[in-house]
Amino acid sequence: MANTTTALGVRRIGDAGLMDIRGDVTAQSEPALAEAFAEASSGGIRAVILNFSALDYMNSGGIGLLVTLLVRANRQKQRLCAYGLNEHYRQIFELTRLDEAIAIFDSEQAAVGAAR
Amino acid sequence: MTGRDEAYWAKPVRTLTVRTVPADAVNANVAGRRVAGAAQGFGQLWHKRFRVRLDGARVSPQEVIRVWKDRFGDFWPKGARVFLPAAGIAPGEIGLINAGVPGAPTFATGILVIYADDVSFSFISPEGHPFTGPITFSAFDDDGTTVAEVEEFTRASDPLWELLMILPFVGGKIQNGQWVGTLGNLAAHWGAAADVETRIVCLDRGRQWSQAKNVWHNAGIHSAIHAIGAPLRRVARRVD
Repeated sequence: MANTTTALGVRRIGDAGLMDIRGDVTAQSEPALAEAFAEASSGGIRAVILNFSALDYMNSGGIGLLVTLLVRANRQKQRLCAYGLNEHYRQIFELTRLDEAIAIFDSEQAAVGAAR
Repeated sequence: MTGRDEAYWAKPVRTLTVRTVPADAVNANVAGRRVAGAAQGFGQLWHKRFRVRLDGARVSPQEVIRVWKDRFGDFWPKGARVFLPAAGIAPGEIGLINAGVPGAPTFATGILVIYADDVSFSFISPEGHPFTGPITFSAFDDDGTTVAEVEEFTRASDPLWELLMILPFVGGKIQNGQWVGTLGNLAAHWGAAADVETRIVCLDRGRQWSQAKNVWHNAGIHSAIHAIGAPLRRVARRVD
């Protein structure tokens, strides 16, 4: 497995918690993603939005982690959204059918707008 | 920006296409079907991790994965066979799985290789397979010892499979025995003890009732129907 360097930032815009994901998303990213998700999903927000604009590498372990985030969001009755996916990562979402469970948007504005 | 991983992933497919079928393989429940991710399954969501340390074996993670890819079916416990294409385990390739006991219809299903690099590879299954969700096979170095791992994020695909999985002894054997046996055989190949560490966590105890309709794709039912129709297909081929 590749050495993982995941950097995460958390922001809040209106009713949405945003997670800015930079670098790699692999199974080794689990603690960082879980911590960021807990922060992003707190405070009665309606949706957690994953910003993949700076995603550099994702393997199937990373896909597994996204499944766990989806479950956590569903459990908290929050919507899980994503934007910033390039064509390659959109194809991975399509391949694994995650695109049917995680709403994908073209821009941050569109994702935040959908969370209202 | 192009990801560093681009060459390792399969391209999306609407439905699966089986190009070549070995003479002794039953090809059913794969061609024409869509793959099913964890979000499309019915049952409880499980995160399972099986690991074996290859203590004493001087083998790199890359070599473990190279051999595992080349001889994937050889490491399976008895009772199930996997038929891989000539290209082997590579992104986008489809394998057929046949399992069963003598006298019973062959249970037929398959896998799509969604990801493969030099230290890991991953499968996802077609609709009707007992589980939905990705399974990843990997190897890594842990303080000088190579560790082989199987990790899955899976749900039973429909209510019948879920019922089977929660049966004491049977469910656990079907779900987990496959990978405990595989890793044990892999360890034995390098002369290591088959001491497989298992970690199983239920991530979601709820059932996705909206996916109960998956039962229409149930590969067990369709395998039985396929077996019943086999004599008719043989007659039809002779007439042709």
